[in-house]
Amino acid sequence: MARAVTTQHKTIATVAAWIVALLIFFPILYTIITSFKSEQEAIQGFALIPSGTFESYTEVQAQSGYFKFFFNSVLLSVGSTVLALLVAIPAAWSMAFSPTKRTKDILMWMLSTKMMPAVAVLFPIYLIFRDTGLLDSRIGLMVMLMLINLPIVVWMLYTYFREIPGEILEAARMDGASLWNEIIYVLTPMAVPGIASTMLLNIILAWNEAFWTIRLTTTEAAPLTAFISSFSSPQGLFWAKLSAASTLAIAPILIMGWFSQKQLVRGLTFGAVK
Amino acid sequence: MATQQTRSLARFMMAPSVVLLFVWMIVPLVITLWFSFQQYNPLNPIRDGFVGFSNYALFYSNPAFLQSILNTLTLVISVLLITVIGGILLALLIDQPMWGQGIVRILVISPFFVMPPVAALVWKNMIMHPQYGVFADIARFFGAQPIDWFGQHPMTAIIIIVAWQWLPFATLILLTALQSLDGEQKEAAEMDGAGFISRFIYLTLPHMSRAITVVILIQTIFLLSVYAEILVTTNGGPGYASTNLPFLVYQKALLEFKIGQASAGGVIAVILANIVAFFAMRAVGKNLDK
Repeated sequence: MARAVTTQHKTIATVAAWIVALLIFFPILYTIITSFKSEQEAIQGFALIPSGTFESYTEVQAQSGYFKFFFNSVLLSVGSTVLALLVAIPAAWSMAFSPTKRTKDILMWMLSTKMMPAVAVLFPIYLIFRDTGLLDSRIGLMVMLMLINLPIVVWMLYTYFREIPGEILEAARMDGASLWNEIIYVLTPMAVPGIASTMLLNIILAWNEAFWTIRLTTTEAAPLTAFISSFSSPQGLFWAKLSAASTLAIAPILIMGWFSQKQLVRGLTFGAVK
Repeated sequence: MATQQTRSLARFMMAPSVVLLFVWMIVPLVITLWFSFQQYNPLNPIRDGFVGFSNYALFYSNPAFLQSILNTLTLVISVLLITVIGGILLALLIDQPMWGQGIVRILVISPFFVMPPVAALVWKNMIMHPQYGVFADIARFFGAQPIDWFGQHPMTAIIIIVAWQWLPFATLILLTALQSLDGEQKEAAEMDGAGFISRFIYLTLPHMSRAITVVILIQTIFLLSVYAEILVTTNGGPGYASTNLPFLVYQKALLEFKIGQASAGGVIAVILANIVAFFAMRAVGKNLDK
């Protein structure tokens, strides 16, 4: 028996939820609006209707070469994610399909490496990067981001793989499938959705990582996080440009995020909340 | 039924992850530990050498140290309180039947995808700026004096920004947990005459306990190492008013080149994180067994 929902109840809930949601979203909305204002308009006080100029966008690209940073962000987040998947898939696979008594301890240990404060190893990493010439290199940062997110990737894949029923493997084996066939035709199709969501979440995390990407880069390998941070004081009052740069920096990931809400919950809670 | 062969294959498949993480955790940590007992300044390499615990003593006697620990804990605890309580209320609200629920969810979750430097810059310049910010506009509209957030209440300002970033996360996860609550149970409780409050305390809250634990654990990991938000807004100031432990270590290491002291600070940060992690992991481990 479904509870009858009164229209009044629904109306109140709708109005309340929309007000709260718009308040929370407001800083983002206002940034997008301001990015279509001229600099003059941007500091003239509160206004929700912009004049609709694209001048800030063209200027951001002309002055700072926005697309180089954008390209670095894409390269670093996708590259580090692919690297992490290559390392993590076999591990998660074996833990899910042939677990031992220590599997759980290993998983917990992996999670615990995530707890180490980055700042505690800032200088050693800085030294190692400097002495190996990795400072401000895309490869170095890619490996760094891969290491940071590896525990989450292993965990997430593990929770997905664990849901693939083991009996299917046995059935395939009985039918005479070789290990290779088993992997290609039976397991891969079942694992792809899990791998895809893991990839999505990890790209989001890598895109937004804002400690190592700022500290280990100067110009060549600098992604959008470093680019935006450099905006902080000298150009502080050019708000339309600041807004345009910010909008460009968050738009791709915002849209990706909207499509991945469900997987996000699962990934971020290590499969504890589905 | 694992045979010897599959077991060694499993070990082989796990080796890359385990080895990488082990090296990544141990090597830099050992170097930090070593530096924390050294006098080392890359700009003045003559006075290098073993100095025992004096780096720790120096770091400890630095007035910024206690302040930074206090700020770190204030930040973590305030943001946890705001996001968990706010997240529960928001999740309860969004869970109600309404029009446009999907869009409300999208709007609420959005701040989580905003990279920390952008979040900090937008709040600093467009919302909290004492002259041109939206808050200042609102204050003037009501005839009040606009607040100089970053000058007078730097910690509050940073707490607001960080809470804005993490409230969506808490809400989304708590909402997911809420939606998995059995509708029939709820109805049964309702028929037994349980009001909204008692339903919430005896049914909803216990059901969400696991999600709440996870939210606290994960947020704590990230909140202990808030960095970009401080760098972009207050740069730790005024004075040390908004310097947390990670920021203090960064200042010592890369601005003042006092590597010994910075490393001592790093070791203290690890100890602090471990104390928190110990409790958090135990809770999560217990919860995951269910």
